[in-house]
Amino acid sequence: MLSVRDLYVSYGGIRALKGVSLEVNKGEIVTIIGANGAGKSTLLNTISGFLKPQKGEVLFNGLRLGRQPAKIVKAGICHVPEGRLVFANLTVHDNLVLGAYLRRDRKAIAEDLDKVYGLFPRLKERMRQPAGTLSGGEQQMLAMGRALMTNGDLVLMDEPSLGLAPLLVQTVFDIIEEIRGLGKTILLVEQNAFKALHVADRAYVLEQGRIVKEGRACDIANDPAVRDAYLGTKSKGGGGVA
Amino acid sequence: MDMTYIQGILMLAGINLIAVLGLCLLTGFTGLFSFGHAGFMAIGAYIGALMTVPPSTMPGSIGGLGLPFIFGILAGGAAAGIVSWFIGRITLNLKGDYFCIATLGFGEATRLILNNVQTFGGARGWPGVPQYSTVLTVFVVDVIAVLFLANLVKSRHGRNMIAVREEELAAQIAGVDVFRYKMIALIVSAVYAGVAGVLFGHYMTFIQPKMFSMTKSTELTIIVIFGGLGSISGSVLGALVLTALPELLRAFDIWRLVFYGAAVIVIMISRPKGLMGGMELSPAGIRKIRAERRARLALKEEAAREAASGGRS
Repeated sequence: MLSVRDLYVSYGGIRALKGVSLEVNKGEIVTIIGANGAGKSTLLNTISGFLKPQKGEVLFNGLRLGRQPAKIVKAGICHVPEGRLVFANLTVHDNLVLGAYLRRDRKAIAEDLDKVYGLFPRLKERMRQPAGTLSGGEQQMLAMGRALMTNGDLVLMDEPSLGLAPLLVQTVFDIIEEIRGLGKTILLVEQNAFKALHVADRAYVLEQGRIVKEGRACDIANDPAVRDAYLGTKSKGGGGVA
Repeated sequence: MDMTYIQGILMLAGINLIAVLGLCLLTGFTGLFSFGHAGFMAIGAYIGALMTVPPSTMPGSIGGLGLPFIFGILAGGAAAGIVSWFIGRITLNLKGDYFCIATLGFGEATRLILNNVQTFGGARGWPGVPQYSTVLTVFVVDVIAVLFLANLVKSRHGRNMIAVREEELAAQIAGVDVFRYKMIALIVSAVYAGVAGVLFGHYMTFIQPKMFSMTKSTELTIIVIFGGLGSISGSVLGALVLTALPELLRAFDIWRLVFYGAAVIVIMISRPKGLMGGMELSPAGIRKIRAERRARLALKEEAAREAASGGRS
């Protein structure tokens, strides 16, 4: 469904991605794990067209994606950004309707709205409240709901568990599985490698702008080097960083 | 005070208002700050003059095409709009402050080019621009400018611009073509500034690059912020008050600009969102303000009731 080929992206003189290639097939949950600054968010932002690659291409359903973010949304890629970014002054309901900005079919929009409210009962309770008054977890749900309202087939999620209470983190991952149940394909970027590998089918490990490992999520989760670096299940002496 | 003096102040306020309305769209509704809109005014003023000044008869005088005023207004606005399109292509991808600095550079570059190119008189200026601007023309242009802007911000396009201001990335994720709406806002604001420049030149009957310096650009942006971001009526009030204020302060002689500055500071402290931040003096706008006040009062009453009942139990 999505294939990224030999992508190079720089910020000024600094190379953030150095020849990244990956595949996402329909119906999959694929996760990209890696440390801070490995280039995870850069990769998602390039797929969404917010950043321009120096080299390489992104194919969606076999077609080259245009460079304009608006066209990429229309093609069916929706993005749940890091840090949520909801319209704080608008109500929850208006934020969701905004997700359907490019769509015209009112009936389908209303159906999807019901679906989203079904998935996030909390949002339904608070539909008339300004989005800025929601808790962090609720705003994350709103950002996910808004992405679903674009009716894109591929959902890009950037650190959905960032800054959430442990209990909510589990809820977010449950929701990710439910979203897959709606027939969506998900590309998930996460620092919480343990949870991400648990929910994903396949995984890529990104280190300093390069893919260093790829495979089935359960294999990656059992890989000794990955366990050591990202899962913290075994520490070989030295100072452990929490 | 005689009538012509008051009329003159009103004309200047009306001319400023046109440029301010354009900037109101760019800064107040789309969230882009500019410190170079005097450059667009200059382009409007010079192209407008080129259209209306009669052809040169004497050697040494600068001639134009001698066309009616309306062509001057249209050409001045169009020229500023076209230039803004080029400027936008190269600068609108810059983020916040960087865009602001790029506009500053554009404004100063325009002034310096006009200063050094002798075709239009260079730094000596261009005398003999016909006095076509009247209270009536300025008023008519003001009314058209307000009506067009009020409709634009209420339209789908206007709402897209507000979305860009509120949360640019989120707007992009929803599929709003952010670059396009920034471009539209920039072009409309430049056309407004250009038209204001034409009217200004044909009011002063003399144009000089010095009139369109950074001070002018800053003055326009100050008026927009003073009037309140995202409010058309605020821009109207701001243009009237801040154009008239230096005149009212003439009694203070050389101290008047000090008092002007102090007055702006006092008002900004007492009304941090500007005179009319986010509010409109229109029937719908007033209804909205009233509804919000009612909601606030209801909330307060409820809190008071809760506190009272909580105290009893």
